[in-house]
Amino acid sequence: MAEQTYLEALRQGLMEEMERDERVFILGEDVGAYGGAFKVTEGFQKRFGESRVIDTPISEAAIVGAAAGAAHMGLRPVCEMQFIDFISCAYDIITNYVATARYRAGLSTPIVVRGPSGGYVRGGPFHSQNPEAAFLHTPGLKIVCPATARDAKGLIKSAIRDDDPVLYFEHKYLYRRIKEDIPEGEEILTQIGKARLAREGTDLSIVTWSALVFKALEAAEQLEREDGLSVEVLDLRTLLPMDDEAIMATVRKTNRVLIAHEDTKTGGVAGEITARINEQAFEWLDAPVRRVAAHDVPLPYAPTLEDYVLPQTGDLVGAARWLAAY
Amino acid sequence: MASSTAPAPQAATYPGDLSREQLHELYYWMRLTRSLEERLVLLYRQTRVIGGLFRSLGQEAEAVGSAYALDRDKGDILSPLIRNLGSMLVQGATPVEVLRQYMAKAGSPTQGRELNIHFNDLKRGFIGQISHLGDMVPVMAGITLQFKMTGQKRVGLVYVGDGAMSTGAFHEGLNFAAVQRLPLVVICENNGYAYSTPLRLQTAVAALKDRAPAYGIPGLRTDGNDVLGVYRITKDALERARAGGGVTLIEVVTYRRKGHAEHDNQSYVPPEELAEWEKQDPIDRYVRQLKENGWASADELAAIDTRVQEELDRAVALCEAEALPEPESALDAVLANPSHVEPDWFRRLHG
Repeated sequence: MAEQTYLEALRQGLMEEMERDERVFILGEDVGAYGGAFKVTEGFQKRFGESRVIDTPISEAAIVGAAAGAAHMGLRPVCEMQFIDFISCAYDIITNYVATARYRAGLSTPIVVRGPSGGYVRGGPFHSQNPEAAFLHTPGLKIVCPATARDAKGLIKSAIRDDDPVLYFEHKYLYRRIKEDIPEGEEILTQIGKARLAREGTDLSIVTWSALVFKALEAAEQLEREDGLSVEVLDLRTLLPMDDEAIMATVRKTNRVLIAHEDTKTGGVAGEITARINEQAFEWLDAPVRRVAAHDVPLPYAPTLEDYVLPQTGDLVGAARWLAAY
Repeated sequence: MASSTAPAPQAATYPGDLSREQLHELYYWMRLTRSLEERLVLLYRQTRVIGGLFRSLGQEAEAVGSAYALDRDKGDILSPLIRNLGSMLVQGATPVEVLRQYMAKAGSPTQGRELNIHFNDLKRGFIGQISHLGDMVPVMAGITLQFKMTGQKRVGLVYVGDGAMSTGAFHEGLNFAAVQRLPLVVICENNGYAYSTPLRLQTAVAALKDRAPAYGIPGLRTDGNDVLGVYRITKDALERARAGGGVTLIEVVTYRRKGHAEHDNQSYVPPEELAEWEKQDPIDRYVRQLKENGWASADELAAIDTRVQEELDRAVALCEAEALPEPESALDAVLANPSHVEPDWFRRLHG
C-alpha cells in the first residue's frame, strides 16, 4: 500500500492515462519544464516530450479552443487552467463552442479542463474561486469535483476517457492535506454522475462536495458527540449530470437536508439541488431545505475576512442543530 | 467538371498551374454561389427561409479562389465565415444541404438545430463556424496542431473578417498558432463593414495585413475580387505551411455589397461607394478575363450557367416539401452519454 496525497493521486491518474493512450496530451501555462504552478505535471514533459506537454501563451481561450479542435480530430487533450479563476477567460469557448459542438454539429469534443479551485488558502479574490455554478447552467458539459485522493485519481481517469467535455475542479486546499492508501496497480475509474455516501446517518443529511466534505464530516462527528445526532454526509463528486437518485435517497432516509457549498450563495448550486428536492421529494421533508454557503461577496484576502466569509465547521454544526430542532 | 465540348483555342495559354477545365470550375463555383443565394432570396421572401439570410454578393471570388487552393485529396480543412458559402461549396457542401439548413428541415446536416452555413463535415474538409467571431481561429489552431503532432502533411484555412479581428479569441488563436508554427493560413476578408461599423472604427491600422508582423508571421494583401490572384497567393501560403513554414495572414480586399443580412437596408452605406464596387463585380471581371484570354467561349459559359440553374431547380424541388424536425428530437444528443434528455414533468402531463 502506498499513501498518496490528493495531488499525487491526481498526478498519477494523469500519468497512467498518458501512458495508456498516446492520444492524451496536456496543454497549459507553465505545465512543461516548470511542471505547473502546483507541480501537478512535474516531470511530464521530460517523460512524454514537448509535443505532448505543451507550454502555451497566457491564452485560456486559445488553450481550450485548440484543445477542442484537436479533440475533433481524435486526440484527448487535457487543459490546465493555472488557477481555475482564469477559466472565466475561456468562458465563451467553453459554453458557446465546446458545449454545443455535439448538439449543433455532431462533433465529438472529448476534452478535460482542469485546475485548482477553492479557498481557505489566503489566495484573495482571484486565486480562490469555485466556478461550478457558472457552468452548471450550460447543457453539454460535465462537471466533477473530487474530494478524496481516490476520487482525484479516479475522476481524472474517467474524465479523460469520457466522450464528452468534462470540467474537473480540483481543490487546492486538499492537494497536500489529504492522504490515502491507494493500492498500486489498481485501476481506479470513478464513475462520473455517481455520488458517494461519505458517512451514514439517520437524523439529517449534509449534501456537499469538494473540500467542504471534510468540514461536513467534522461537523457530523461533533454533532454525534455533543448532541447524539446521526448525520449522513453525501459527497456529490459529480455536479453535472447530478445524481438525483442519491440525493433523493438521503432525503427519504433522514427527511432533513442541509446543502453546503463553498461558493457564494446566490445563484449557487445549492439552489438547484433545493429545487430538485422540492420537485422530487417534497413529501419526505420534515423541515425546510437550508443552505450553508459563502457570503455573497468577492472572497477577501485577510485571514479574519476569509474565515468569516467562507463556511466553517461551526457554521455547519449550528445550521444542523437548527434543522434537527425544527 | 463536364463543360462544353468546344475545342480549346490553340493560342490560349493558361495562368499558373491551372488547366482550362479548372478555370471553368472556378467560374462554376462563383456562379453557383451567387445563383444559390439568389434562389435563397426568393425563398426568404416567401418566408420559406426561416431565419436570416446572409449574402456574399461581391465576395464570391475570394471565397472560391482561396478554398480552391486547398488540396482536397490530402484532407485539408477550412473553417468559413458567413460570407464563405463559395468556400463551402468548393469543399463539397451541396446546394441541397444549404437549402435544407436555411429552411430548417429535419434532413438538414444539423437536423434543424443550426442555421444557414453553420454545418460541417470534417471528411469533406469544412468545419462550420459559430456566431462568436474569432472562436474558429483557436479551434483551427487545434485542428492543425493535430496535423502537426501526428506528422500529417495537411493544412488548414480559416476565415476572419475585419470585425472578427477585433476579438480576443482571434488574437489568442493566431498568436498560439504562430508560436507553434502550425500549418494554418488565415484569410482576412476586408469587406469594409462589420454589420454597420466601417473599417475605420474597427482598427487604427492602415491595412489589416500590417497586424501580421506583430505575430512574427508574413502578412500579405491582395485584390479580393480577382479570383485567380486570390487562388495564387493562397496556394503559395498553403504550400509554405504544408512544408513546415508556419502561419500566413492574407488580407483580401473586397466589398460587402449587401447588408449584414437580408433585413439590413444598408442605410449607412454611401450610394456612390456601392456603385463604385458594382463596377468591380468579381464574376463580371472574371468573365471578361476568360473571354479576352480565350480561356472560355461565351457558349461554354452559357452552358455552365444553364447547368447551375438546372442543379438548383433540382435541389429546390428535392427539399422544399420536406418536413421540419420532430419536436422531441430536440432532446437528443446533448451529450454522448447520456445521449438523451428526458422530457420535463409538464410535457408528460399532456402525454
